[in-house]
Order: sequence, then structure tokens, then C-alpha cells
Amino acid sequence: MIEFEQVTKTYPGGSVAVEGFSLVVPSHRTVALVGSSGSGKTTLLRMVNRMVEPTSGRVLIDDQDVQDRDPVELRRSIGYVLQAGGLLPHRTVLDNVATVLRLNHVTRQAARARAAEMLERVGLDPALGSRYPGQLSGGQQQRVGVARALVPDPNILLMDEPFGAVDPIVRRELQDELARLQTELGKTIVFVTHDVDEAFRLGDEVVVLRERAAIAQQGTPSDILAAPADEFVHDFVGAGRAERVLHTQTIGGRLVAVDGTGLPVGVLES
Amino acid sequence: MNLIAEALAWLAEPANWSGPGGIPARTGQHLAITALTILLAGLIAWPAGVLIGHTRRGAGIVGALTGAARAIPTLGLLTLFGLGLGIGLTAPLLALIVLAIPSLLAGTYAGIQAIDPAIPAAARAIGMSPAQVILTVEVPLAMPVIIGGLRSATLQVVATATLAAYTADIGLGRYLFAGLKSRDYTEMLGGALVVVALTLVLEVALAICQSVARRIVDPASRTQRTPA
Amino acid sequence: MTWLSLNWPHVIDLARAHLLLSVPAILLSVVIAVPVGRLAYRHPRVGGPLLGAASLLYAIPALPLLIVIPALLGTPLRSATTMIVALTVYGVALLVRTAADAFTAVDDHTRGAAVAVGHSPLAVFWQVDLPLAFPVLLSGVRVVTVSTIGLVTIGALIGVSSLGTLLTDGFQRSIPAEVTTGVIATVLLALLLDGLLLLTGRVAAPWTRAARPARGTAVTA
Repeated sequence: MIEFEQVTKTYPGGSVAVEGFSLVVPSHRTVALVGSSGSGKTTLLRMVNRMVEPTSGRVLIDDQDVQDRDPVELRRSIGYVLQAGGLLPHRTVLDNVATVLRLNHVTRQAARARAAEMLERVGLDPALGSRYPGQLSGGQQQRVGVARALVPDPNILLMDEPFGAVDPIVRRELQDELARLQTELGKTIVFVTHDVDEAFRLGDEVVVLRERAAIAQQGTPSDILAAPADEFVHDFVGAGRAERVLHTQTIGGRLVAVDGTGLPVGVLES
Repeated sequence: MNLIAEALAWLAEPANWSGPGGIPARTGQHLAITALTILLAGLIAWPAGVLIGHTRRGAGIVGALTGAARAIPTLGLLTLFGLGLGIGLTAPLLALIVLAIPSLLAGTYAGIQAIDPAIPAAARAIGMSPAQVILTVEVPLAMPVIIGGLRSATLQVVATATLAAYTADIGLGRYLFAGLKSRDYTEMLGGALVVVALTLVLEVALAICQSVARRIVDPASRTQRTPA
Repeated sequence: MTWLSLNWPHVIDLARAHLLLSVPAILLSVVIAVPVGRLAYRHPRVGGPLLGAASLLYAIPALPLLIVIPALLGTPLRSATTMIVALTVYGVALLVRTAADAFTAVDDHTRGAAVAVGHSPLAVFWQVDLPLAFPVLLSGVRVVTVSTIGLVTIGALIGVSSLGTLLTDGFQRSIPAEVTTGVIATVLLALLLDGLLLLTGRVAAPWTRAARPARGTAVTA
């Protein structure tokens, strides 16, 4: 479980990134933080593994203040996935995945064996292990990034716009893959994105943020879609978008769902 | 530190500041040969560099040649020319010109090639002749880099002109070689300090020229510095 | 050729002396310039003046520097120590800026990712910054090497033996073949060391040669 308690982050120079933010991320759940740029969502994520220190307030993991933990040891215990994988370009794919195990003093051989296993698990051909990141496609690099985060078997996974650098089709594939992995693994995931559809697809719970990480609305995707808290959320999640507004027509005795543009999108089963 | 004090005393000696062998006269010679070298080398290197930069052709070969030229010891060039042409002024002058060309050339073509190709293309598109493109667009935009080349060439020539006194009676290097021959460390050190002072003044002056040129070409770099 | 066929053992000796002066200077330059360059990158406020000072130092001509060093350090004029100190001064002056640029060029996203997965500051330096800066650093070391090999010849003017001795001796005794040999041997030595470094780079940094297919889409943010 991750808890944010009234955290505030003011950068030198006076700009306020996060102001009085509180949130509980329950164990084994995926919470998606969604907001436009400048909403402080990445800052929040980075407070969990002490890449950013809050100016005031606390971040707790399983009731322990992260401030009381050694930052390097803390980071090694948390999986972190970044855009484009954030891979080390001078290490092979296999060694990239094995990085954290090696930092934790696992022998090279054992680390590589576990890394190869994990590559397969995220849907990559283990033969890719001997290549350098620059030789992989964007989607493949991203899978390697996920494998690297998962290989030490952390309880917590932090994901910072992980699929932001790949095209929409690959992006969809990676989202499905992550959803599949999560049903198997049950990690506690904090997922940061500016893409509402991605947040709805992956988050058990979605937190819509305004500027300075003010929570505009928090709830399950269906809660938010069904009852946007205000105009801001309504616009942000696109509740008024033609493809989100469905109505039904009876055609040949069956109920057909039709979206706002008149396009039939499916049949309702009773 | 005693040695430095003696050298400073040598520098303060009025006798060393007058006559054809005095510090002002020798400094004048030193600067004159440097200027002459740069001028003659520039007559060759600048047009050639502009041409290579403008056509964007031949840079690979010239780059390789100028790189290889760096490996040639300057003293070797001076002594070879000295043996071939005798102890007059011609030998060191030719050697210095050969040394100055690579830096001037590299600065010129690199500066012009670094310009976004869309800019000269746009200049052509609005109806400029090739000469106008070169003179009113490419050369002004490349000026900071061209001056950068001038800066390194000048410093190299000033330094090597010191060595030129080994084969010809010219410039400030004379104090160093005279001192070396007669084992007069004071004269050597005094002369060395004059050369060091001269190069530092030149380096600073040229650096200022370069940053002024950069500011003229890219006025935005000045305003960007104010915090948002 | 006849001159060389009679004198080649002497040339070999001088080449060895040449290497004994240049190699320690090159190594010292690297050992000093890399940490200083990283300091300049980490603290631009210190780095700016530091890099400015380096470019001023580099502007000082070689022969005057050789003469000034004994006055400052008390080393004998005609000594290997004076020579190596002078060569190191130039090497450091030349390499510091490249080193600072090399560390600056390391992608912050990559560095950030390394910190995020739990590299300690020391591990970031040894396992991320240094290897990633290596190709640029190496190119700087190659420039320093070629320039140092050339500069060693100046030492012959104050009586420190090297291949430069062939230049001064050949000039004074009017033997063009000796001077030519000196020039060619110096250039060959420079190219040889440069080639060795190039090869080292190929072996030590294999990822730089790995083919780079387009990254799907460009990385933003």
C-alpha cells in the first residue's frame, strides 16, 4: 500500500508542482494518475522512490515513511518503467534486464538466467537478449523496460508514461500485455499517463488531476464516465465526445448500440 | 621565484626596450609576420572553404587532410623549409602559411556547412544569385565559426613564429634561442614571458571578436538569457 | 634511405625516448582531465571559468612554456619531468572541454532511468556516465595523442632527446634526409598510436557500431 499524506512540492524559484495531495493506493491494485502536462503527475510518481523529495507531507509504503529508507536501496526494491524503456544503450538487452539483480549482487549467471526468463514472459524472443537496445523497435524496447522492472519481483511498479513513445497499434498491444501480466502478478501499480483511454483501460481506479495535482475526481472508470464531477472532468475524459455518447436503436427486434455520430458499435445482449 | 624576479628585472631594463633588437621592435616583427601569414593563408583558405561549404562537396577529403596535417610536427616543417630555402624570411613564412591553412579552411567550410540548408535554399528561392547567397547569407551566418578558425590559426602561427627564430633572425623567439645558446636563463625567461603575455592578449581579443560576431548573427542568444 | 639504413638503431632509440615522454603525459592528461571535465559538467558555475582557463593555457606556445615551467616548479630545464609537465598541461587543457562535452552529451533520460532503477551515485558514474561518455572521450584522447606526439619534438630545442632531435641535428648539420626521417617517423608514431586507440574504441564500445533502426517514433519529453 502506498499513501500520500498532504504532500507539497515547491521547486526552487517558487513554482508549485504539487500542493496538498493525499491519496491511498491499495495493494495489488492499479491506480492511474491522469492529467495534462503540468498537473504534477510525474512529480507524484517520483516522490514514491525518492527521485523527488516532497517539500512537506509524507509518502508511506506499507506504513513506513520513504524518508526513513535509503534512497538507492528503496529504488532497487521498486520497479520503474519509463518512456522508451530508459534502457542503457551500452548494455545488451539481457544485461539491461539483469541490471537491478546485478546491483543487488546476484551472480551474473543467475541474473542472466532470470532475465532471459523474464524476456519470454513479456513476450520477447530470448534471442533478442544479445542485441543492443538501439537495434530494437520502440515496442520491443518498451517490453524490455517492463521486463527490467519486473525481474527483481518488486511489490510496487511505478510506470511513467511508459507507452508514450510508440505508435497507437503497438501501444494497444502493450496495454493488453500489461493487463494480462497484472492479472498474473497482482502488483501495486501507479501508472502515470496523459491518455484518458489508457488510464481507463488499465486503472482499477483513476485519479484525474488538474494543475498542481489537485484531484478533480477519483473513482473507477465507469464512475467517472457515468458522473463526471464537473465541467473540467467532463471535458477532460471526453464524456461529450461523439464516440462516448451511446444510445440504442431497435433493429430487427434487437437492441443495437449507436454512437453520437450514428455509427453502430455493437449489439446489446439482454 | 628568484628566477622570475630576475626575468622581471630583465623586462624592466630600459636597454631591452629600444633599438632594432628591443622588445617593441621584435613584438612588431612577430605580429607583422603573423598578420602576413594569416593574410596569405587566408587568400587561399577562405575562398576554398567558402566553395567547399557552399557546394557541400569535398568536405570528407579536406577533413581527412587537415586531420592528418595535425600530426606533422611544426618544428619539422620549419627545419625542412629552412634547409631547402636557406635562412631568409621565405622559409618560415611558407612553413607558417602551410600550418595556418588547415584551421582557416576547416573553420570556413564547417561554418557554412553547419547552416540549415533550408536557409540558402530559401534565399535562392526568393531570387538571389549564387554570389548573393554566399556573400549576404552564408558568409555572415558562418562568421562566428570562421572567426573561430581565425582564432586557432592565429594562436598557432604566433606560437610557431616563436620557433621560426630557430631558422631565421625574426620575432620574439630570438630571445629564447639567444638565451638557450648562451645559457642565459634570465633572457630566455623574460622573452618567454613576453610571448606568453602576447598570446594571452591575442587569445582574449579574438575570443571577444568571436562572441561579438555570434551575438550579431544570433541576437536571440542575448535575450534568451533573461529568466522566464 | 642511405641515411636511415646507417642510422636506424639511433632512430629506434629516439622513438623509444619519444614514447617514454609522450605516453606518461597522455595518461596523466586523461587521469586529470576526466574528473575535472565531469566537475565542470556538474557545476557549470565552476566549470565556465575552468574551461576558459583551460583554453588560455592551451594558447601558450610550447617553447615559452617549457622555459617557464622550471622557474615555477624548480625542475631542471633539460629534463624529462619538465617535458612531461608541459605536455600534460596541454593535454589537460585540450581534453577538459571534450570531457565536459562528453558528460553533457549523456542522455538525461538514460541517466534518470539508471537512478530510478537504483544505481547509487558511484554506480551511475562508473556504469552509466563513463561508458556512455567513452566514445566522445576517446575521440578527445585521440586528438591529445596526435598533438602530444608532435609537441614532444619541441623538446629537442632545449636538449631533451626524442625524434625531434633528428630535426634539430639534421638542420644544424644540413642533412635533409635526417630531418625528413624525423618528420616521417613522428607522423608514423602519431598515426600508430591513433590507430591503436581507434581499435581500442571498436573493441571497448561495441554498441556504437550496432545498427540503429528507426526508433518507431521519436522520444518526446
